[in-house]
Amino acid sequence: MKMNGARMMLECLKKEGVDTVFGYPGGTVINLYDALFDFKEIHHILPRHEQAGTHAADGYARATGKVGVVIATSGPGATNTVTGIATAYMDSIPMVIITGQVPTALIGNDAFQEVDIIGITRPCTKHSFLIRDVKDIALTMKKAFYIARSGRPGPVLVDFPKDIQIAQGEFHYPETVEIRAYKPNLSGHPRQVEKAVAMILESRRPVMYVGGGAVLSDAAEPLTALARKLSLPVTTTLMGLGSFPESDELSLGMLGMHGAYCANMAMSNSDLIIAVGARFDDRVTGKLTTFAPHAKIIHIDVDPTSIKKNVRVDLPIVGDVKDVLLKMIKQADKSKEKLPELVAALAPWHTDITAWKEKHPIGYKQSSTIIKPQFVIQKLRELSDDDAIISTDVGQHQMWTAQFFTFNKPRTLLTSGGLGTMGYGLPAAMGAQAAFPKRQVITICGDGGVQMNIQEMATLVQNGLPVKIVILNNNFLGMVRQWQELFFDKRYSSTCMELPIDYIKLADAYGAKGFLATKPGDVESVIKKGLKEKGPVIMEFMIAREEKVLPMVPAGASLNEMVLNA
Amino acid sequence: MQHTLSVIVENDFGVLSRVATLFSGRGFNIDSLSVAPTNEEGLSRMTIVTRGDDQVLEQINKQLNKLIDILKVLDFTDGSAIERELALIKVAAEDDARAEVLRVVDIFRAKIIDVTPKSYTIEATGNPLKIDGILELLRPLGLKEVVRTGAVAIGRGAKGWNG
Repeated sequence: MKMNGARMMLECLKKEGVDTVFGYPGGTVINLYDALFDFKEIHHILPRHEQAGTHAADGYARATGKVGVVIATSGPGATNTVTGIATAYMDSIPMVIITGQVPTALIGNDAFQEVDIIGITRPCTKHSFLIRDVKDIALTMKKAFYIARSGRPGPVLVDFPKDIQIAQGEFHYPETVEIRAYKPNLSGHPRQVEKAVAMILESRRPVMYVGGGAVLSDAAEPLTALARKLSLPVTTTLMGLGSFPESDELSLGMLGMHGAYCANMAMSNSDLIIAVGARFDDRVTGKLTTFAPHAKIIHIDVDPTSIKKNVRVDLPIVGDVKDVLLKMIKQADKSKEKLPELVAALAPWHTDITAWKEKHPIGYKQSSTIIKPQFVIQKLRELSDDDAIISTDVGQHQMWTAQFFTFNKPRTLLTSGGLGTMGYGLPAAMGAQAAFPKRQVITICGDGGVQMNIQEMATLVQNGLPVKIVILNNNFLGMVRQWQELFFDKRYSSTCMELPIDYIKLADAYGAKGFLATKPGDVESVIKKGLKEKGPVIMEFMIAREEKVLPMVPAGASLNEMVLNA
Repeated sequence: MQHTLSVIVENDFGVLSRVATLFSGRGFNIDSLSVAPTNEEGLSRMTIVTRGDDQVLEQINKQLNKLIDILKVLDFTDGSAIERELALIKVAAEDDARAEVLRVVDIFRAKIIDVTPKSYTIEATGNPLKIDGILELLRPLGLKEVVRTGAVAIGRGAKGWNG
């Protein structure tokens, strides 16, 4: 069928199963938007800022496992997506970013709204394409989606010049795609799997250390099965939360800088770490030279570059996490007779872990006069649905959410782990809500980050996306303030927000509802009222201003040198 | 330790900048880089001379392999390859020095490719160490300009890179 390039692009999206896109029109995508005007199969959501549109596509991708799609015009539209792209890249989120570009004849001439977006995003995309012929659109999009979702997923940018959108051509979508230089190794090597299970059977102080890779490969089920079968304690990174039920007694919770005492102690005293789709980030390992000194390390990851990047590895297994875990379960079943022996041999280790859990559980001091942020998070867990999707911004509230919410299901926490992007929470929640209109979607923000994409309140109201916005308001940029308190002699340089915002009026201005809690007694009723509302809501909690996130491993300290009270 | 990597790449838009961005973004060194198309349609070959310890080299190798446009990375550090470099050298040559330059050129089996009453321009090829050698001998005579291609390398034996 003959059609123009703009229409062809939409046909490609349809072929890839895209039902929702986020995007912002402009001069170089006006043809694409014209085609979209009567293309009913794709639901388009107009954010109020391209950065937010990109985070929304990211939130959509994290919540669904599908590829998120965002459209932006050339120049400033494209540069506004950069923070969103980098956020997705750092957390390996599958996304396709379609940017308009000036007509091919003008590229390089400093045309109006021209920017070399491929050059700008090269270090933060998995790959990128410039379409230079209408004949290339279909194959390029096939490749873009394939690259975005396969192997270690990531964002792929497609730069789409205006003249190619106008040009006419025949549309044929390829059924399959073959990229000779790109063949991710998904299947774990059986010999390595055998060795891994043998190492586990010999271990006496094993820990599974689970990262975002387990969520990305939808490996929660085999992970839980394997851990239970072999009685392995499980700690997750921030990105791994939800891949293993935190209510399970084998769960140690999150590890790392603000991780649980028991998790960090277990890592430090372990004799075998089984890393599953995790990358030994500096926020997790603490000081590298003293990290897990007695442990052998098995590292399972689909991306070979993650292996041996930061720590020595005794047994690398390159492959899709789910594939490898399923193979490990089969392998463990072959040594069935040895399993009771293993479970018995691990009993003293579990006793140690229980002792650590009891010695310093994740906790806080409740107050009868001031709202403690941790209390709000606990109440939210109690009063929200089991399958509620939570997104966060970055900072103290993010860590409190990770520590106190208790995540039991994968893809229920959307948070910017690698890049640490403030302003991520609200638009990511918007993306998740667009994917799941009927589920509860709650974004937990601080009063700093929420301002960074607050304009999306308009998008929520306009599109009937009933996201619940929780603001933990301490009128500080709390995490930086905490560091200033602990390491900079309480010199609160530019971390006090000074001007208090009336968020209830703000909600009203956008046509949403707002509820305010100023004392502990208000918390439950505000959450109940807020969650009951049919539309978007702000729930603002005036929290203890100088509450700190604890425990804390100071940057550069060893994992077992936690500050427990400060 | 210095390593010579030979990288087979798709001759696609932007592949050179992808490699350059990778090296600069991750703090890897490039001592020299040469790139040109191969006999195979659509493929180019880059020879990258880099340095680093084993861990750094393993990362460079893996990170290069991760780029979508890169077909194959060959690490030629173990002496399994022949390396050659070409240099064009403009050297001052007057009076007694003219004869000395010619002697050096002869010893290194280099060629004179341009002559003026005051200078010679020399074409020298060989292992990069040999190029270092000829430059060292010519330097006292007055080097005016030196252009080096950087090393290119090819594996020893009957097999091609892909068998």
